[in-house]
Amino acid sequence: MTMAATNKHSLAAESIFRRNVRNFLSSKLSVFFLSIMIGFMLMAVFAPWIAPHDPNKPDLFRRLMPPVWLEGGDWYFPLGCDALGRDILSRIIYGSRISIFIGVVVILIATTIGVLAGLAAGYLRGWLDASFSRLVDILLGFPYLIFAIALIAMTGPGLHNIILAMVYREWVMPFRVVRGETLATSGSEYIEAAKAIGASRKNIMLREILPNILSPVLVVSTVRMAHVIILEASLSFLGLGVQPPTASWGSMVADGRSFMLGEWWLATFPGIAILLLVLSINVVSQGLRDAFDPRFHD
Amino acid sequence: MSFGSFIERLAHLLPVLFGISVIVFVMTLLTPGDPVQIMLGDQHVTDELEQALRRDMGLDLPPQERFLKFLGNAIQGNFGLSFYHRQPVVDVIASRLPATIELSLVALLFALAVAIPLGVFAAVKKNSILDRIATVTSLFGVSLPGFWFGILLILFFAVNLRWLPVSGRAGFTSEVEPITHLLLLDSLLRGRLDAFWDALRHIILPAITLGLPVASILMRVTRASMLDVLDRDYITFAQAKGLTKTQVLFKHALKNALIPTVTVAALQTGALLGGNMVVETVFGWPGLGRLVVESIFVRNYPLIQAAVMLYAFTYVTLNFIADILYTILNPKVRL
Repeated sequence: MTMAATNKHSLAAESIFRRNVRNFLSSKLSVFFLSIMIGFMLMAVFAPWIAPHDPNKPDLFRRLMPPVWLEGGDWYFPLGCDALGRDILSRIIYGSRISIFIGVVVILIATTIGVLAGLAAGYLRGWLDASFSRLVDILLGFPYLIFAIALIAMTGPGLHNIILAMVYREWVMPFRVVRGETLATSGSEYIEAAKAIGASRKNIMLREILPNILSPVLVVSTVRMAHVIILEASLSFLGLGVQPPTASWGSMVADGRSFMLGEWWLATFPGIAILLLVLSINVVSQGLRDAFDPRFHD
Repeated sequence: MSFGSFIERLAHLLPVLFGISVIVFVMTLLTPGDPVQIMLGDQHVTDELEQALRRDMGLDLPPQERFLKFLGNAIQGNFGLSFYHRQPVVDVIASRLPATIELSLVALLFALAVAIPLGVFAAVKKNSILDRIATVTSLFGVSLPGFWFGILLILFFAVNLRWLPVSGRAGFTSEVEPITHLLLLDSLLRGRLDAFWDALRHIILPAITLGLPVASILMRVTRASMLDVLDRDYITFAQAKGLTKTQVLFKHALKNALIPTVTVAALQTGALLGGNMVVETVFGWPGLGRLVVESIFVRNYPLIQAAVMLYAFTYVTLNFIADILYTILNPKVRL
């Protein structure tokens, strides 16, 4: 395929992509939740500058201090303090780093593996497809949480192990979508045309098929990111996530659980943070799905 | 569905189950520490005794032979001893399994009872305020972290309002001689209404926590498939025939619209099993999920391995049932 033709083709793909983005941005609800999601990401990146206090510095004089609007509250610690006197707001701000970092890294690695494997399986078929698909069938046989828990039980908790435990199973989701889309696309006329003028298999997969299946990949990645964040929080809640004193939302809820009777704010605020982040990702992904994939319309 | 295609599907299961066993076995190999040392804990024994134990557990064999032994034992339901409980892993699991099954079933019933009417309603009143509310609620349902939602429910209904118990499966006074080991069913079979009421009160909050995300998913599936069905020609024809709205809805539309719901419900039952570790921990529910979590902290590896196998086999079987169910309910799909 000549350069001109390639450019023309990618331009056409880009304009569809742009139209989809415009569609997405026309929904007020999606844009509202997208801004919350971006807000969380900025919070995670700039945590050291935003957080009013050191998230891990205990002060037993401030033990279980209530939020500012309750008696005994203080503007310096607007959401109150935990059982060790650490500032809850600062811990929530720093905790967003763990949730978002794990969510983004797991999805990036899993999507890269899933897309490459899915393209290869869907386009090259043969033994490669058979072995990938069999492996996927086996991995799908494990419920997600138990698989992650078992791996972490064997390898021990910690950031690396959590990410690995999730990636092992997570790449299956983009793989299945990409394989299906690739199978559906490989019969198209433009793929036949690319073959006829002698494009290499690698070129066909990466330059012709990939740009055309990016929309469903994007939709799947956002939905899955919400899942991964809840999963990480659940692991942290069970004590299998990032280890103390590092703040993570799930472990903050677990720590606050025993104080629910009197000091409800310990577990409530980190829970709201998880809910807000996951909800905004889910609304955004629903918006993306409506805008990008006409098949999902009612 | 022909018998041949059923057998073909069944045959497809075997390599998957074999693969699952391989992965679980590899996990065993990756387990840090020496199993004999872990099992002995603080006890000091002679070297000879340690060697004998090692031989007894088959740890002196090469990996491939250990795998065959593991597979052979697993097929016979022998997963070794639970270090912690000092009894066979299978017995420990069997004692906790009914609580988990009961919780999952009640959660599924709750999910279906909420999702089907709401989904149908949202589809019939498409784009109304109620439809929007239902959609937003379902987005909330899948976004709520179960462990947090469970704590809030306990705080509100058990601590503040004192309507329901905080945790556990049943009070001491409501012990019933087991028949099925499912408390709700056993108490009814024995005619003990007080025990039934007690068990019901205990299961409500954990079942809602576990079932809510599933209800959200099922509601969306029901709504989408109902919308799809309501568009069909045969519905227009039924309306043209002069049937009442209720007749069209329940006799013609719902029956077909529920096919995807039933299939997804079967698939989601697997997800219920996977999610119960968190919910059982929050509510102190004496089931398998909590047992697995407890086992991790005491490094009770044989139990974890057996539980993972059990979860995976159940999950695969449920998926298989969902598949079969779909083909039976929807004759258009041929395998």
